[in-house]
Amino acid sequence: MRPDAQPVLTARGVFIEYEVDPPVKAVRNASLTLHRGEILGLAGESGCGKTTLAYGLNRLLKAPALMTAGEVTFHDADGRDIDVVELRDESLRTFRWDKVSMVFQGSMNSLNPVMSIRRQLHDVFTTHRPGMRRREREARCAELLGLVGVDPSRLSSFPHELSGGMRQRVMIAMALALDPQVMIMDEPTTALDVVVQRGIIREIMRLRERLGFAVIFITHDLPLLIEISDRIAIMLEGEIVEQGTAAEVYRAPRHDYTKRLLASFPSLRGERGDFVRRGADTTTGDAA
Amino acid sequence: MADARSRFRTLLPRRSAKLVGGFAIVGAIVLFAILGPLIAQPPRDSDNASLQQPSAEHWLGTSKLGYDVFSQLAWGTQGSLMIGLVAGIIALVLAVVFGVLAGYFGGFADEALSLFTNIMLVIPGLPLVMVIAAYVQRSEGLGDFARSSVLVAIVLGITGWAGSAVVLRAQAKSLRSREYVAAARVAGEKAWRVIFVEILPNLVPLLAAQFIFGIIFAILGEAGLSYLGLGATGSITWGTMLNDAQTGQAVGTGAWWWFVPPGAMIAALGAGLSLINFAIDEVVNPKLRLAPENARKVRRAARAGVGVTETGVIA
Amino acid sequence: MRDIRQRAGILEAQHLVKDFRLRDGVRLSTLHAVKDVSFSLEPGRTVALVGESGSGKSTIARMMAKLETPSSGRVIIDGKPSADRGRGLAQYRRDVQMVFQDPFGSLNPFHTIRHHLERPLRIHHPGWSSSQVRNHAHELLERVQLTPASRFADRRPHELSGGQRQRVAIARALAPGARFIVADEPVSMLDVSIRLGVLNLLADLQREERLGVLYITHDLATARHFSDEILVMLRGEIVERGPSDRVILDPQHEYTKTLLDAAADPENLGMLRDEVRNGG
Repeated sequence: MRPDAQPVLTARGVFIEYEVDPPVKAVRNASLTLHRGEILGLAGESGCGKTTLAYGLNRLLKAPALMTAGEVTFHDADGRDIDVVELRDESLRTFRWDKVSMVFQGSMNSLNPVMSIRRQLHDVFTTHRPGMRRREREARCAELLGLVGVDPSRLSSFPHELSGGMRQRVMIAMALALDPQVMIMDEPTTALDVVVQRGIIREIMRLRERLGFAVIFITHDLPLLIEISDRIAIMLEGEIVEQGTAAEVYRAPRHDYTKRLLASFPSLRGERGDFVRRGADTTTGDAA
Repeated sequence: MADARSRFRTLLPRRSAKLVGGFAIVGAIVLFAILGPLIAQPPRDSDNASLQQPSAEHWLGTSKLGYDVFSQLAWGTQGSLMIGLVAGIIALVLAVVFGVLAGYFGGFADEALSLFTNIMLVIPGLPLVMVIAAYVQRSEGLGDFARSSVLVAIVLGITGWAGSAVVLRAQAKSLRSREYVAAARVAGEKAWRVIFVEILPNLVPLLAAQFIFGIIFAILGEAGLSYLGLGATGSITWGTMLNDAQTGQAVGTGAWWWFVPPGAMIAALGAGLSLINFAIDEVVNPKLRLAPENARKVRRAARAGVGVTETGVIA
Repeated sequence: MRDIRQRAGILEAQHLVKDFRLRDGVRLSTLHAVKDVSFSLEPGRTVALVGESGSGKSTIARMMAKLETPSSGRVIIDGKPSADRGRGLAQYRRDVQMVFQDPFGSLNPFHTIRHHLERPLRIHHPGWSSSQVRNHAHELLERVQLTPASRFADRRPHELSGGQRQRVAIARALAPGARFIVADEPVSMLDVSIRLGVLNLLADLQREERLGVLYITHDLATARHFSDEILVMLRGEIVERGPSDRVILDPQHEYTKTLLDAAADPENLGMLRDEVRNGG
């Protein structure tokens, strides 16, 4: 955490509702500040509204979801403030990949199976950087794959020839393609095995140091968030119930729900904590 | 809560314009088949003047032989519906046997059952029906049965199941890999119980759709057969009416009241059953139902609020 | 004879092998999902089988539950080879039950909770009267803390939360009076804050009934606290086995160490950041 950090994305009093019968208030009065270059962890369980909030920040809500109130401001590197809520059509399109990009849990399965990785990466540039020459594009694509730890020779591969971890790395490369200032990652590694997951997390951390983008990292895996985030926000039933640095949340949680969430993860190497196995030969009394 | 009917409620189609319309048409036709013969004169009563235009006395006129067309139509509706129902049930049972068993057991049983299904599928339907119908009608020892509509229904039933079997096999194969099927096996359920108690209830919407499809197929098939003179000449159906009209040169003499009513009934029943089928389709595949509703919601939300785009494309 | 008496009450996997034949167009290839795996389950003890997806741990669960037939090797119960069909299989199913991973998929959406519990009771206790079966089903619901039982019995799976469904699945596994439970990732699809509740329930029931449990998971932390012994699987083989604290705190095999390093540990807060900042 850098104390001098400038905000890059601020959200104030965001309300999001699902216009179903009866309406569901998915996000209630959420306020967040994301600083330049920091990793903000957003933790919560399924249905707590964390994904909805992230979609709202990036204007990706689809009906029946609807932002009913709130403001989202993007503070561009050149000093301009962009009112995200007011963006329309073309300006929204450029905002979405240029300024803020997104990686989802299922991203790796959204690669087009009949197109080579090269064509799909090139497409990003032909769409968003029409002036770029072919040779420049090719060089940039190879560079991007190298950045995420995939051999550039894999450009000619098709998605099915890559493992799940590699495909997710390709998706991260795509998200990085236009040098975004913010990346929103929604459970980017949940579908992957732990060893692969760790490799990708390390890659994200390394790229963040190098390229300086900020990350909103969404997951239910609180231990992982505590390990990698600068600050953490805990969501419960649509509300952000606690916000603080990773150390504060871990060592001095204030909200009951945070404590309960922390207690849900038994310590791997530490003493037996809240989770007491009450098996046949280790009867150690009743835990709460 | 304990109401046994409530378990079916989740499987029933939502009340929609399609469903209500379909049931209204089919219900009216069924009602006509039940009540019509009670009020009409005997259909083979040829005391009337021939080829009369529709009048107060003969609502739908008379045929060349002096039969009352309204009365023929009433009895014909009964006959056609009966054939459709019997053939539909036979086809459904065969489709379940060949489709669900193949899908559930897999392996060699699947190969054998699927092979037979595929053979039935590639043989052109109507010619096969014609051959079988012509053959059994000429067989000795069948007596009146050879000319009866029950025989036609059986022939249509055993030739019309293959398409449904393919659909059911695919679905059974997918249900078979569900964990609750594995759980039932681990609990010690026998194979037939797994099929009939665990799998089949979840296929009810699909079975209903296939059954309706079978009825449509059988009624159209019967009409075709009768028109070609291979139908149940011993009974009255929409098909035999069309056949009579054709041999009586109804078109040439301008006796539209003779052939339009049975034709219209076939079209109406087909439309009504199809509407019900569409409604069932929406239960099987909720996306079909939600698509128009979602599009409306998007437009409404786009007008009403912030943070929503109509395209919603992630790019 | 003596051998059988010693091994009474023990469920053993002996040299289990499972090969799957894959057909890719005209080419046939063989996938060695499980290669020569042996272990034994004793009453009152939990063995954790830890590995990543594709390691073959679920195939082992399915072989132990008799949903797959081993290509070679045997499953031994009470010192005798287990049967694959008929009355012997029915007896095996009474002794060995399974809890599945997906709480949404393992209960039939068409049937009530009552059906899911009463069926195994009826199958394995053919002599019971309807009221006996009914009372026992309610008793099972109460044992998995779904109270009042009468309110849950007539509900359908979609009316229950994921955690409640998994409790029903546990009750169903107990219904035949099983001595051994194979739990295939029983909590991995549940919300984090209810996982420990379900695991603790399983542990309580295990103690009360002296069940032998095979706990299949990819989560090292719960494997350590929930089980007596840990087996680490990699590509169909057990690469390390031992008492759970020993395996976690003093791993011997390289793969176990890799797995442990990959597991998130909040104690390492900020370490990864500093590491990449300094080391690249």
